[in-house]
Amino acid sequence: MTTPGGKHTRRAVLRRGLQGACALGLGGSVAALASRSGAGETVWQIDPYKCTQCGKCETNCVLETSAVKCLHAFAMCGYCDLCTGYFVAEPPQLNTGAENQLCPTGAITRKFVEDPYYEYTIDEELCTGCGKCVKGCAAFGNGSLFLQIRHDRCINCNECAIAVACPAQAIRRIPASQAYIRKEAKE
Amino acid sequence: MISVLAVALAACTAAATAQQRFPPPEFEPTYHQPPTTYPPTGPPWADWADLGVLAGLLVAAAVLSLRFRRRWAIVALSVVALLYLGFYRGGCVCPIGAIQNVAAALLVKDYVLPLTVAGFFLLPLLFSLISGRSFCAGVCPLGAVQDLVAVKPLSVPAWLDESLGLLAYVYLGAAVMFVAAGAGFFICQYDPFVSIFRLVPLGKMLEGAARREPVDVYAVSGRIDTLLLAAAFVATGLFVARPYCRWLCPYGVLLGWLSKLSFWRVTVTPEDCVKCRLCEDACPFGAIRKPSAEAPSRQRLRGKAALLAAMGLLPVLLVGGGLLGGLLGPGMARAHWTVRLADRIRDEDAGTVKGATDESKAFRETARTSAELFAEADGIVAQFDAKWPLTRVVSLGLAGGSRGPRVGMAHLLGALVGLVIGLKLIGLTVRRRTSDYEPDRFSCLSCGRCFAYCPIEQARRKGSEVVIDEAKIK
Repeated sequence: MTTPGGKHTRRAVLRRGLQGACALGLGGSVAALASRSGAGETVWQIDPYKCTQCGKCETNCVLETSAVKCLHAFAMCGYCDLCTGYFVAEPPQLNTGAENQLCPTGAITRKFVEDPYYEYTIDEELCTGCGKCVKGCAAFGNGSLFLQIRHDRCINCNECAIAVACPAQAIRRIPASQAYIRKEAKE
Repeated sequence: MISVLAVALAACTAAATAQQRFPPPEFEPTYHQPPTTYPPTGPPWADWADLGVLAGLLVAAAVLSLRFRRRWAIVALSVVALLYLGFYRGGCVCPIGAIQNVAAALLVKDYVLPLTVAGFFLLPLLFSLISGRSFCAGVCPLGAVQDLVAVKPLSVPAWLDESLGLLAYVYLGAAVMFVAAGAGFFICQYDPFVSIFRLVPLGKMLEGAARREPVDVYAVSGRIDTLLLAAAFVATGLFVARPYCRWLCPYGVLLGWLSKLSFWRVTVTPEDCVKCRLCEDACPFGAIRKPSAEAPSRQRLRGKAALLAAMGLLPVLLVGGGLLGGLLGPGMARAHWTVRLADRIRDEDAGTVKGATDESKAFRETARTSAELFAEADGIVAQFDAKWPLTRVVSLGLAGGSRGPRVGMAHLLGALVGLVIGLKLIGLTVRRRTSDYEPDRFSCLSCGRCFAYCPIEQARRKGSEVVIDEAKIK
């Protein structure tokens, strides 16, 4: 194997062999990974049916203002006058006074529709994703308010910090083509 | 009045199911129900664009380190990579973290690996096999942060450097093990530099500016503990060049081994080495190997004895590491969320702890029983502690049966650490004959600091003949 030129020393031949093996190995892993890969990307999302509204979404997201915000499935809403997602427990009055409101940032607007119904809309600029309204609505109402990761804000970390912190393990990766787990009225 | 209402409300809801207590009202047709807003995800080609940028950076890094051979150009490239992959894209997904996605694709059932993430994992490895670790010098944003702050690098003694280098293997092995057990992506959770990238989120700032919105809404913070970790690494990095890359980076292990076999690689000198010794202290990573002196025969004999001893030690380290790893198994299993929850529920049920955590409260709201949870947790602990019969593991799954003591992933991790230490010892006792000053094939990061030290390189740049003052060379 050894020639005076040193081109075909034992070491060089061994190296070539290993190089070839590595190239083959990498090629093989490309094929193996490609066969196990999905073309579609995935995104993080909260399963609203598992969420316990612990409030960790608001504080554990790496974004200063969390990517999680409250959404409202209007089709499920009972349009209650005494909305337990809007009012604190035993509110002094049933009006839009700040002392009556559950939302710490006043992000829910209450609008009269027709007697005795009121429409509640989330101001997403103000919502911090604390989930207080969601908890209230789930406890005594229809559960039409729910938390979701908003994909115009989420930076899609490889390991989601709120998924790690979630006590109900309600956050998981889902296909980006179906990026929300929607709450819809039961038929 | 209101409390009466609330009581009535509670009474009527008690019988109702958890959802849809009140039927949605039927409104006059003049009322239009607003739609629920679901903001769309980013464009699907964004990840492919990132992969394209990564490929472009890798090609540029290889050309700059092997052909152009200018340190400033490599630094400039790393700044571009830092701005794009680091600050603009927020450092996610990165090839280092992608190790875990790939491990999950191979080891966890039903895990779907996006093709772009597979590409992020494989492209730098491919380039490492072709042209050495130019990824580390010119493309990796984590490397760029550390390289830019290495203002006064001290030299680290070789024994310490080699020993600390073993940590990267432990980190790699542990990260893959935790992924296999479903305990999460530890490399990402404890990535010290990603929190720096998130302090200045260029991407969100540009998006906000384009929409003429105040950008402070998008200011990104990191968790305080990872920020402190980042500060510690940056402070260390001022005096010890690239501590994460050299001693912790799990991806560096893979890159290093492929770089050892690379088709082309960075050299100190563009031509033949004249052994002028000028480059001896050029490398802050201690990656330049000196020419070996011809050893006297007695020393060689001692070297052979050391080699034999190291080879004899290998099985001892392997078994010892395995046993030690096994002892730590139950402790390691607590890294898994479900195991921690089961422990908590057990303690609460036994009355040894008071109160409830968010996790235990959430668990008790579900329909799962404690027994189901305990069974799942025991299964996870067994993965770490006693999953497979030893005979099957040693025969790599070829031999069936269930003879021998049962081992788990913790044993395997311990044995891996033992194996790495043993092989390192053997590697240290093997004499390699080299005649030139050469970068170490494993640990050279292709940063290009040594180029300018070489008089032949200087002559090449000036296009002049090499002038070497023989008197200065001893």
